[in-house]
Amino acid sequence: MRRRGVALGSVAILATTVVFVVPFLFVLLTASKTQQDALDLDFSLPTEWALLENVRTVLATNDGQLVRAFWNSTVLTVAAVAIMTVLAAMVGYVVQRRRSRWNPVVDALVLAGLIIPPAVVPTIWVLQGIGLFKTMAGLIAVHVAFGLSFCILLFRAFVATIPRELDEAALIDGAGPSRLFFSVIFPLLRAVVVTVVVVQAVTVFNDFTYALYFLPGADNATVQLTLYNYQSQGLNQWNLLFADVLLITIPPLIMYAFFNRQIVAGMTSGAVKG
Amino acid sequence: MTLVHPTLERTTERPARRQTRRAGARSPYPTWFFVPAGVFYLALFVVPTGASFWFALTRWDLYSAEFIGLDNFQQFFREPALVKGFVNTFVYAFLTSGAKVVLGLALAVLLTSQIIARGWLRSVVFFPVLVSTIGVGVMFKVLLDPFDGAVNTVLSWVGVTGPGWLTDPSLALFSVAMVDVWKGVGLATLIYIAGLVAIPQEYYEAARVDGASAWQNFRSITLPLVRPATVTVVLLSLIGGLRSFDLIWTMTRGGPGFSSDVIGSVIYKQYQAGFYGLSTAGNVVLFVVIAVIIFPLSRWLNRKEVPL
Repeated sequence: MRRRGVALGSVAILATTVVFVVPFLFVLLTASKTQQDALDLDFSLPTEWALLENVRTVLATNDGQLVRAFWNSTVLTVAAVAIMTVLAAMVGYVVQRRRSRWNPVVDALVLAGLIIPPAVVPTIWVLQGIGLFKTMAGLIAVHVAFGLSFCILLFRAFVATIPRELDEAALIDGAGPSRLFFSVIFPLLRAVVVTVVVVQAVTVFNDFTYALYFLPGADNATVQLTLYNYQSQGLNQWNLLFADVLLITIPPLIMYAFFNRQIVAGMTSGAVKG
Repeated sequence: MTLVHPTLERTTERPARRQTRRAGARSPYPTWFFVPAGVFYLALFVVPTGASFWFALTRWDLYSAEFIGLDNFQQFFREPALVKGFVNTFVYAFLTSGAKVVLGLALAVLLTSQIIARGWLRSVVFFPVLVSTIGVGVMFKVLLDPFDGAVNTVLSWVGVTGPGWLTDPSLALFSVAMVDVWKGVGLATLIYIAGLVAIPQEYYEAARVDGASAWQNFRSITLPLVRPATVTVVLLSLIGGLRSFDLIWTMTRGGPGFSSDVIGSVIYKQYQAGFYGLSTAGNVVLFVVIAVIIFPLSRWLNRKEVPL
């Protein structure tokens, strides 16, 4: 059994390395080459390591467009995730705690939000009506709206594990509904908050479609849009293009390194109940 | 407990207010908690979705909409380019979904067995899920380049002339689907691993006593008991596949010609061309397609779940 495990494991390691690691290695190697070197697009060590130089060049292109894009993506991710987390926690909490005639409505809307594709042009129409089209605030609001369903699902399941006696104790002590939620319940949701925040942060940061529709234009772009525009220009500076890919892969990589368990838990638990 | 303590003294000063709260119908779980989330959701999801059914029937430029009946839908199902996108959506969704089920289960069985480096293998398989779609698209566009791409270079070593993965109209959609599977199989694997781990070991022990083969184990124990995970993977990947847009758009822009267009890319193309009504009709078609496939399918899959 043990010997078979080693043999099978070795084959698996080899296969997954070829299929999953080599492409990333290729990105890393190409991003480290000089422009002339990178033109061949072959899988070889660079004759001259120019990774840092390439990164610097990419960051400086168009007066530091990518730096601004990173700032925009950060603002977008932090704001959207913070808002949707708090709002979804409020909904998940009340839906779980109180059986009311609203519950079926909320359930149906959550399900719809998970399945139905957003109608893009009418959304643009609404955003234009309230003056938020092509603004960061508009994109944040859109992400909040589209992300709520998933968050509500997770919060609702988790609130069920918090004993009601706690609510009663707090109420007897005179806490109002808001205080009960924000000072007593919300802090207890920490585990699931971390999961929600991490999963949604990766989702929002990696999003391309909504940025393309609701925040077009090069100047205020997010990092994904910058990479897309860069690619669309069809230049042959593969080393720079791949340095860009490398840069925007780093934030999710860091997330994964630190929150591996929460990401896995969030993605599978939300999925199982969806 | 320390959290609730400070409020203790203050309440004794205001018994009156507490009583009204008790006496009134006000619940400690106020309905207004739904309001902030509801505002976002209604304004940016429910209203646009509802409005799409009206705007799909119009010629529309965001400012004025002229009612033209079902013309947009007629056009959608008459123009070959748009019909192609419609058909491709199904091909793409069912292909990627099927591949994710098969490969995901196979990988999950492998990664829950007694092999070395399990943790590392799981991480490697899962990581592409977290990489941005654009990044993956750019990467594979280069790797699948017909002349210089690494894939065809490797193929040429063994004497095979690789095809134009993304430039051959009969192949482009399948190449993108392949990349989609590459990127998404990690999530399917993860869901399957969660499902496999939940199967009680006693079943396998009993089967061993009965002298069951590995294949019989898989057929009669693993497959039926991992069914909830299968349902999840099928539904998730079908929804994702039917809605897919970003990977296809990055890798082929729906081309060459219209050969790899899907509804998602048609919606974007018509939007770009200024045909907002037609674009919205595409959205309605996608809505109907997803509703018609997913709701009955999920009901059917969940009903046939065997309680064991």
